Amino acid sequence: MPFMPVKFNLQKRVKLAQGLWMLYWFSVIAGILIFSLGIFFKIELRKRSEMMDNNESHLVPNLLILVGLLACGLNAFGGKVCHDSLDPIKFSKWKPMLKTYLLLCCSFNVLLVLVSLLCFLMQFSVYLTLAEGLSYAIRFYKDTDTPGRCFMKRTLDMTQIEFHCCGNNNFRDWFEVQWISNRYLDMSNDVVKDRVLSNVEGKYLMDSVPFSCCNPGSPRPCIQHHLTNNSAHYDYDHRTEELNIWTRGCLEALFSYYSSLMSSIGVFVLFAIILESVDMAGLKYLSTALETMAEPENPECESEGWLLEKGVKETFSDLLTKLKTLGRTNQVEGGDAPEANT
Amino acid sequence: MLLKITFTQQRRVRLAQGLWLMSWLAVMSGAFIFCLGVYLKTELLRRAEVMDNTEIHVVPNILMMVGLVSIGTNWVATRVCQDSLDASRFPRWKLLLMAWFTVAVLLCCLLLAVVVLSYALQGRLEESLKVGLRNGIRFYKDTDVPGRCFQKETIDRLQMEFRCCGNNNFKDWFEVQWVSNRYLDFTSKDVKDRIRSNVDGRYLLDGVPFSCCNPASPRPCLQYHLTDNSAHYSYDYQAEELNLYSRGCRQALTDYYMEMMNSTGPGVLSVILIQMSVLVSLRYLQTAVEGATALEDPEGESVGYLLEKGVKETFEDVKANVLNILKFAQVDPSAAEGSPGAEDAEKPADNTTEKAASPTPSPAS
Repeated sequence: MPFMPVKFNLQKRVKLAQGLWMLYWFSVIAGILIFSLGIFFKIELRKRSEMMDNNESHLVPNLLILVGLLACGLNAFGGKVCHDSLDPIKFSKWKPMLKTYLLLCCSFNVLLVLVSLLCFLMQFSVYLTLAEGLSYAIRFYKDTDTPGRCFMKRTLDMTQIEFHCCGNNNFRDWFEVQWISNRYLDMSNDVVKDRVLSNVEGKYLMDSVPFSCCNPGSPRPCIQHHLTNNSAHYDYDHRTEELNIWTRGCLEALFSYYSSLMSSIGVFVLFAIILESVDMAGLKYLSTALETMAEPENPECESEGWLLEKGVKETFSDLLTKLKTLGRTNQVEGGDAPEANT
Repeated sequence: MLLKITFTQQRRVRLAQGLWLMSWLAVMSGAFIFCLGVYLKTELLRRAEVMDNTEIHVVPNILMMVGLVSIGTNWVATRVCQDSLDASRFPRWKLLLMAWFTVAVLLCCLLLAVVVLSYALQGRLEESLKVGLRNGIRFYKDTDVPGRCFQKETIDRLQMEFRCCGNNNFKDWFEVQWVSNRYLDFTSKDVKDRIRSNVDGRYLLDGVPFSCCNPASPRPCLQYHLTDNSAHYSYDYQAEELNLYSRGCRQALTDYYMEMMNSTGPGVLSVILIQMSVLVSLRYLQTAVEGATALEDPEGESVGYLLEKGVKETFEDVKANVLNILKFAQVDPSAAEGSPGAEDAEKPADNTTEKAASPTPSPAS
């Protein structure tokens, strides 16, 4: 008893072939979209690789690019098969390849499921890389004269301006590092000497933040220095002041950006999986409908199409027995061969 | 005849098909021009707060209008092409085609005007930006005045995005009070000195807002006491280049808009080219098909041309026609017999015969 059989006459077969051809070309476009999303994601990771200490994993975008290309190829082939399906001469060329093609599509679907899972799971890795990278970035902010780190200041400033964030978790991260290079500190000045001597490591620490933490939406010109000292500024209370500098941390801001990007890519890949499955089902119906034509010479005859030749359970048990016989044949051959040799 | 070409039936069919494709291409280019106009307008509206007048908006407005009309016009051209090879359906387009040619020529002229205007209006744009930015800088501190409370945020975001400072340069900030009185401690000696130091009683300082800071500077940004070398360690006001943005916002914005309009130049010129070729091909198709229908054998050869007579003669003809219409418009209200003037304008000979015929019945009655 075939699984989900459907009767087909000529009209229905033609409609199925045409509809499936359109669907395959949609799938090609979806494949192109996945490819471009992969490239976009890769570029976004590269752009901020300094914030991640150049340590970020490019596994997901690389997989997306590969999967996109594969999808284009497979679906274009499927479209070609559909296009030729109603011409028996042309279709006989493709008939023997259909079984392998459907198996390939199945494994491709499994790959897509894997990619979609990775899109959601790799967000943890991105979070950890960002946390580590940002703490290094804040530490190396002052090293604009060290080769390899001289653009860290600019990158971090631009990131804070663009993502409306300050520091790693919040602005107090800037209080714990020396972010002014010693080149710009007057070591003969008493204030400077006091600050440097006030901590074990001899760092010039202050309760100030760089200008890139300033919020343009504040009604007051930005207060950057002496943030915890209420008397240093007129009419200022650092506990109630909210609009002066960005309160969000860059870790949260960057992570929410990347996680929303990865989540939307994951959802799109899920949609592509559904599309691929529909394609596979349609192609199976079309190929079986064309094979079971009672009179191959008469195109008007009726035929039946199905998804599986027998029911689901029977197909499964068939598959299992086939695998078992495969293994057993190997054993038998091994037993026969020495006999043949002797 | 001007630039005549002989057309066989085969050639006429090919011309009609090619013209149909080209007309659809022209429809797409009309849509492209419309989208270009919309994009320019959006960009101009985004920074409308720092512009004093909206004269420059004439460029995107014309582009949008031309785009829409061009879509409609070229769609009509596709319908004409489809009907051109069917002898029964083509004659109904005859009158419309005259109007079509005028509209197409008008569109090309308007597009050329847009290209010229986008260069010519640069001066006006700069003036408008100058006044707008000056006001923005003056009202920077008024974050508590309704109607001006977002000037600070606008100017800050503008300076950060376009990497510029002040109107002409950062010294513009030295001449206005950009710190609101609400945040000034009037009991402090320093504040009192500064206010007394100028006639208007404004709190002026040699400092700039944080949005002027250049992130590419190796040194943390110096905003205040900019002209005082001794206020900062290892600092020379004259030699320091990277600390703040050196460009003025007026220059930055003008460059940005000019670059945008210049880059649309080649696109607009190619659309003009497409429209002109559609116009010329449609004229040839019209004359060739009309010639073919006039022959005994409609499938035979016919001649297509751009103008029936030479350029000068056509011009004289058109002038005479227009004058006739005008003359008729003057004579018509006075004449009792209200013969419709418009139709007779093209046949002055018939007109005189009618005029001779009409008085005859009246003496009889």
